[in-house]
Amino acid sequence: MAFLLEIRLHGRGGQGAVTAANLLAVAALRSGNKDAQASPFFGAERRGAPVKAFARISSEEINLRSQIYNPDLVIVLDQHLLDLVDVTEGLKKGGTLLINTKKRPAEIVSYFPNTIRVATVDATGLALKYEIKVGGIPVVNTAILGAIPKVTSAIKIEKIIEVIKGRFPGESGDKNAKAARDAFGMTEVSP
Amino acid sequence: MKLIMDTANHIAGEAAKAARAEVVAAYPITPQTTVVEYIQKLISNGEFDADFICVESEHSAMAATIGASATGVRTFTATSSHGLLYMHEMLHWAALARLPIVMVNINRTIGPGWNIWADHQDSMAQRDTGWLQFHCGSNQEVFDTVIQSYKIAEAEEIQLPIMVNFDAFILSHTSMPVSIPDQPVIDKFLPKRKPVWKLDSSDPLTHGNIIPPDPYLEIRKSMQESQDKARDLIRTTAEEWKKLTGFWHGGTVEEYRAEDADLVVLAMGTLGSEAKVAVDRLRKERIKAGVFRIRSFRPFPIDEIKKLSEETKLVVVDKALSFGGEGVLYSEVKSALYGRKNEIFGWIAGLGGKDVSWQDLVQMVKAVKDGKAKPVNWQKGGKGAITGFI
Repeated sequence: MAFLLEIRLHGRGGQGAVTAANLLAVAALRSGNKDAQASPFFGAERRGAPVKAFARISSEEINLRSQIYNPDLVIVLDQHLLDLVDVTEGLKKGGTLLINTKKRPAEIVSYFPNTIRVATVDATGLALKYEIKVGGIPVVNTAILGAIPKVTSAIKIEKIIEVIKGRFPGESGDKNAKAARDAFGMTEVSP
Repeated sequence: MKLIMDTANHIAGEAAKAARAEVVAAYPITPQTTVVEYIQKLISNGEFDADFICVESEHSAMAATIGASATGVRTFTATSSHGLLYMHEMLHWAALARLPIVMVNINRTIGPGWNIWADHQDSMAQRDTGWLQFHCGSNQEVFDTVIQSYKIAEAEEIQLPIMVNFDAFILSHTSMPVSIPDQPVIDKFLPKRKPVWKLDSSDPLTHGNIIPPDPYLEIRKSMQESQDKARDLIRTTAEEWKKLTGFWHGGTVEEYRAEDADLVVLAMGTLGSEAKVAVDRLRKERIKAGVFRIRSFRPFPIDEIKKLSEETKLVVVDKALSFGGEGVLYSEVKSALYGRKNEIFGWIAGLGGKDVSWQDLVQMVKAVKDGKAKPVNWQKGGKGAITGFI
């Protein structure tokens, strides 16, 4: 049976949502998937404004070139976007919503349709802990990558770590990899 | 072989590097895409040994590329949308001067209103310039086609420029896995250019002087003969590349489940890839559909299309329109099948980047199958992908 996972990331311009989608796609290939795609929202983007990025992962060659309307997984890099954007728009029944927040799934699950799973991780806390900052602002994209293997078996945490270290060499890579590793351990998923 | 994950824009830059282009001339500002900044980065890092000429317009970009190519070196440039239109005069010049330039064009529509999304209006408007024109469906195909294009363009019997097209955003900004063969493999496939003529200060000649009507017509006829010869060469070059690398995207056409098909979707670029998904779904419903993804728009694959049975119904999906006429590809397909019985239906879809999904394509094929399609149909406007048709 062919496996296809469609992912949408919500972030703010400059937060690294597109980089996260790219790293995710590479980690997916290295985890043994046959094909992957990663793309930004098709259009203009501004720093600080809500932005989207997308990824597809499959056990087969991907011939799809249309946009993703019904993702299996939605990843939210900034919890305050929940006030601005309908992050569950089009999310499949049985799909997963992964949010960067201090809250636990049990505290927020009632806000979302009961047809989806909710996963949370405090990626901002991890970015602050490991001092992953650009211009004084915590960058959460690598930390939240570590949470993804917790919600899908298609991506292995070892491959996430490997890809992060490949992208950010040296000390920076170590800090980002540690944040991802911690996120993997801390991520909680609603039943 | 090295596997990388990157956007088609960066892959096009990697291909120019791998082809050992010696001069790149380009205008770096909108509607230019990231191809050029990537190439400039490669050159300034010392990874790509080429001269970069930064010019003040696309007209000048092509003029500089022509000048460089005329000295016998391998040249590359990139453009998009209005930039391609601004080059139009020089595109004719490059082809008439028989210069084997390779250029990537990122297919973006034309304004106003200002729109940076994909359709084929820009490249279709260059139909009659004498350039060979290829359209790609994946990032791997962008790499492979750029390399193959130099071999085809520089062949002694061709000596014409080639435009390699790929859809804005859908490929240009989307990362996909691409395998890049080792440089010695590419060098063996694509040796240094051997110019048929060149400007050389130690052996001076003049070029582009006045030419009277009789030889003019003969010279133009030779261009058409070269376009005709290119059809076989496109296929054999792709076959040679497949032997070396394993990668195959078709010759002038990529055929998909078309052999026994009652209905065949004809489309170019990423629409042709998406159509494979539609065909797989239709086959599950026992509808015998297939795809002809037109890779080479110029030369147009007339003989390949004629191989289809006269009973096959054709669904031609255009991302460009000749106003007051019809879809550009639709016209071409009808012309290729002149005198035959095939029923041919056209759709205008995806203009200005409007998404065309496999669901849209399924609906188009079903409309033809159920006798509900008109000769010319339009994708419906409005939000979303699953939009039906008018």
